[in-house]
Amino acid sequence: MASEAALLQPVVNAGLILAAAVTLLAGYRVIKGPTVPDRMVALDTIGTNVVAIAALFALATGRGLFVTVSLVLAIIGFISTIAVSQYVIEGDIIE
Amino acid sequence: MNAIHQLVVAALVAVGTFFLLVGTIGLIRFPDVYNRMHASSKAATLGASSMLFAGFVYYGPQGAGLTSLVGIVFLFVTAPTGAHLISRSAHKMGVPFYGQEAEWPEEPDESRSD
Repeated sequence: MASEAALLQPVVNAGLILAAAVTLLAGYRVIKGPTVPDRMVALDTIGTNVVAIAALFALATGRGLFVTVSLVLAIIGFISTIAVSQYVIEGDIIE
Repeated sequence: MNAIHQLVVAALVAVGTFFLLVGTIGLIRFPDVYNRMHASSKAATLGASSMLFAGFVYYGPQGAGLTSLVGIVFLFVTAPTGAHLISRSAHKMGVPFYGQEAEWPEEPDESRSD
């Protein structure tokens, strides 16, 4: 199915490259960010970008399994955001 | 897979890439935690949802396309929740605003927790 998509393939490849570059740029805020919530926001953005990269990879290779991979990554990102914010507020997660 | 189908998927991928780029520029350039969270939680969510909608158009309404729609719904539910939790933890940590004009409103009564 990916072989006959002559118009689609360069656009999806360019989108993959740009999304990966943007994710690397968000790593600047993880390293530099002055406070802990800055780093949390940047890591949340990286999680959302990785979801987009997995969906684009499903388009680029023609394998629908990677859409499920992006869904699992979204769930893991949400749970980790909740866990880190609870840790910052309360000091512990499971008491 | 005809030309119009490919064109719609390519346009959705381009829109999603644009929104991801805008969200990351906002994340890097804005001066404050709350502004950065505003940029990333709206624009990056919209970019990833546009990518997943391109997956829905590509795969059709069964199988992986249906999973893409579930992913869009999940992102639209969880991204504001995560942003709210992060801003609440920043408030509890006492992270200040960027300018001197803005400040938190007064608490109406002390008996209520949150």
